[in-house]
Amino acid sequence: MFNLLIFASLSYVVFLFAIAFFAERRGEALREAGHRPHFLRSPLVYTLSLSVYCTAWTFYGAVGYAARSGLEFMTIYLGPTLVFVGWWWLLRKLVRVGKAQRATSIADLIASRYGKSNAVGVIVTLLALAAATPYIALQLQSISLSFNAFTEDQPVAPRQLALYVAAGLALFTILFGTRNLDANEQHHGVVTAIAVEAVVKLVALVAVGVFVVWGLADGPADIIARISAAARPEWEIQPNRWVGLTLLSAIAIVTLPRMFQVLVVENSDETHLATASWAFPLYMMLMSLFVLPIAVMGLTILPAGTNPDLFVLTLPKALGQEGLAMLAFLGGFSAATSMVIIASIALSTMVSNHIVMPLWLASRGSQGQGAGDMRALVLNARRLSIAVILGLGYIYFAVSGGGRALAAIGLIAFVGMAQVLPALIGALYWRGASRTGAATGLLLGSAVWLYALFLPSFGPDVVFSAALLEHGPFGISWLVPYGLLGVQGMDPLLHALFWSLALNTTGFILVSLFSFPNPVERVQAAQFVNVFEISGRGDGVMAPGWVRAGANSESEVEDLLISAQRLMGATEAQAFFKAEALAQGKGGYLPDATPDFLDRLERELAGSVGTATAHAMIVQISGSSHVSVEDLMAVASEAAQIMEHSAQLEAKSEELARTARQLREANEMLQKLSVQKDSFLSQISHELRTPMTSIRAFSEILMDEDGVNREEQVKYAGIIHDESIRLTRLLDDLLDLSVLENGQVNLDIQPGNLSELLDRALIASNSVQPERNFAFLRQPADEQIALSTDIGRLTQVFINVVSNSRKYCTASEPVMRISVRRRADKVVVDFVDNGAGIPKKSQALIFEKFARLTDTHQAGGAGLGLAICREIMHNLGGDIAYVPGQGGAAFRVTFPAVFNRAPVQKPATGPMRGKRVNRPQDAAE
Amino acid sequence: MTSPRGTVFVERDSYRFRRIMDGARILPVAGFVLILLPVLWSFRSGANIAAEAVYLFALWTALILVAAILSRPLRAGLKRERPPISPDKTRGENRPEPGR
Repeated sequence: MFNLLIFASLSYVVFLFAIAFFAERRGEALREAGHRPHFLRSPLVYTLSLSVYCTAWTFYGAVGYAARSGLEFMTIYLGPTLVFVGWWWLLRKLVRVGKAQRATSIADLIASRYGKSNAVGVIVTLLALAAATPYIALQLQSISLSFNAFTEDQPVAPRQLALYVAAGLALFTILFGTRNLDANEQHHGVVTAIAVEAVVKLVALVAVGVFVVWGLADGPADIIARISAAARPEWEIQPNRWVGLTLLSAIAIVTLPRMFQVLVVENSDETHLATASWAFPLYMMLMSLFVLPIAVMGLTILPAGTNPDLFVLTLPKALGQEGLAMLAFLGGFSAATSMVIIASIALSTMVSNHIVMPLWLASRGSQGQGAGDMRALVLNARRLSIAVILGLGYIYFAVSGGGRALAAIGLIAFVGMAQVLPALIGALYWRGASRTGAATGLLLGSAVWLYALFLPSFGPDVVFSAALLEHGPFGISWLVPYGLLGVQGMDPLLHALFWSLALNTTGFILVSLFSFPNPVERVQAAQFVNVFEISGRGDGVMAPGWVRAGANSESEVEDLLISAQRLMGATEAQAFFKAEALAQGKGGYLPDATPDFLDRLERELAGSVGTATAHAMIVQISGSSHVSVEDLMAVASEAAQIMEHSAQLEAKSEELARTARQLREANEMLQKLSVQKDSFLSQISHELRTPMTSIRAFSEILMDEDGVNREEQVKYAGIIHDESIRLTRLLDDLLDLSVLENGQVNLDIQPGNLSELLDRALIASNSVQPERNFAFLRQPADEQIALSTDIGRLTQVFINVVSNSRKYCTASEPVMRISVRRRADKVVVDFVDNGAGIPKKSQALIFEKFARLTDTHQAGGAGLGLAICREIMHNLGGDIAYVPGQGGAAFRVTFPAVFNRAPVQKPATGPMRGKRVNRPQDAAE
Repeated sequence: MTSPRGTVFVERDSYRFRRIMDGARILPVAGFVLILLPVLWSFRSGANIAAEAVYLFALWTALILVAAILSRPLRAGLKRERPPISPDKTRGENRPEPGR
């Protein structure tokens, strides 16, 4: 039997090694090919790896616990169930933060949060060591106990066996746990092996359970009956312990270093948590399902003194099921070894990052250089730590004699690690939590735990004398370890849990409230608490680091490169630096030491040596001290200035755009004006040339003395005279127009009567086509309006209008109606004839210069008349316009009765005016 | 629920998701309260261990089922919110992109 057992164990171990080895190889191969290892990183493997929570305590101790206390063992699994089922609350944030900060252990996470302080990390590391050592001893004890349960005839010395087991586990862990300094601290091989062990555990326990329920008993109903029958009074649920242990286990699942390792560090995809949220409780439930049946059957069937812890083994063995017993042994073996492996990896990481590396760094002083690859140093520190941790576990086991019930040790360890909870919750949810507060809380809690639970647990007269345990130190009854402050008679575990957490939390909160965190803490606090807002993608590298005064000298960057090479490996470090330099637009391998770069570098290094050490290294080398609040404020005000500046720039550029638009419009207008001016000039030259041609021609004829008789001389001279008069008139008109347009006209303001003006105008215009009998309809009553304006010019306008009508009205019996109206202080005079009117398309044209609707020269005018009228009216503060739809040509002359010398809002002068049609009245009155 | 009605349906989806998140938060609290029930029972007459055991395991199963049901939409929500973390860095690959 003994040999068979040895053989089975050894082959199982070889099997595990093989699994780990192949998984590691596969992981590396996939990595090098650039793929993600999908199976190795599936939700299934993740969930199974979480089963490291179910150690030999579950496998053996739970049954013993059930046999002694009934259902209370379930609390150990109900607590974590609640935490996992509520993963959306706590676990999700924990994983997210852990990944964003690239935490390598729970100590690292806590240290990183509280200002990247190594002191806090050290406290947590020491606490974890103290709590884990008995637990490891427990695993060793269970292995030796279970071994001896098989080999009663050949008992093996427990210590010897434990030594071999410890050595073997150290070897396995060192081989597969410290192969490389993976920046993410992920160990594919180990995790896969753990997952396999999880399956073995489950299968073994379920197999024994099935055997018990259906093999020994007669099915579930029978088992239930037996449970009721076997129920003892001490199985009654004790409310205090029920609540307390549920809470304790819920805390433990989050704070235990090995749980942090598999839950956060080995997590490769946050969505795996979703699967684990129900799959892991399912696993735990299946493990717990058969515990009570096995306990009951064991109590019933096996002799009275048998150790209930080992029922899982002894029950099948006693009933001749050797194979099943062997399976159960392997299950227990798996349970124990998986815990030890993961715990030692987690603890060794903490020890090397928080104790060994800082010590080494301090001893090195300010020299960043050193011989050799630092990676090897870190890895060796880890290996040494693993050996030390297992050694401590072995020593504890050897010293403690292995007699106590397994359950007690486990729970003591839980209470120890529970001291991390206030600091952890504060880290994730309270920005006001400070380093000093966390340190205070941790120290207080640990002290209470040590004094009230851990040290007394060795038994009287080992650490604490019996007298001390009974009456307190120096007889002070308030300090009795199991009854602090007079709280006597409470269950020791709950008592210690209560006091340690109470003092821990109180100290933590009070000191945090009164202390002021340094800037690094505050930045980290924001990053932790607000991780869901900050982390946008990827593995949280986007989380902004803290601002630091950048080191600028190249030699410092070189020092950084050297250190990085020693930690990350030459190729990786150089690749990293080169990529950074490239991103900064530099060639070569040395980027500028910008705060961003230093941040990223620190994060890279943190994956290998922990946040606190990486931080210390960067600070040491780059020489930049932590940023002060003043610096932060300066940066903030700079940022505000920059924002303001850019806002001003925006406003300016808007203005520029507007100005450009306006310039463009003006340019377009000027171009049009230029075109108009050209056409104007060409028109004028045409108009001027025509009479000049006649004058030249006829004067040439006159110069020729012979061919012209007296009569013809007179005639030709007359023509020359007429033409020159015409020319003069044209030039006068032009001058007039330009004078009017430029507003340089001298208005001769005189009083007058509108009626008289109209009379004069009609008489004067009679000279145009006098033979036509033009009838004028007037209403003398309306025309009696006193005016004070430029009488002469106004009359000129009237004459022009009436003359035009005489010239162009085509009616056979021409009639013109002149009507006068008053509108406010303006006078409106309408001249309407009964001719054909002016077609719509020409209505604007007629007021243009040189515009003549009919054939030129026929009417003898230059076409400037209406243009001049319009200018005059504008100068007088009025207007002249064509009114359509009156049955004939209708002109409306509007002007103020009393001329107001105030500056009139003249519409644009110059050739531009040609564009306007039927201008509205001038606004300025 | 795939007819494209624009913002109305989007609202409903996000509302539902928020309620699912609320449910996920309530679940552990409810679970804790229900776990405490056996404590209250044991204040009455003697303990019926078997009944309590059956009750607890039934409760456990129920919690697992509810968690499983909730996990799917929650996981989808996580995927929507951000791409999955993939810190599996190959040598020299997947380095944090500098300056971005």
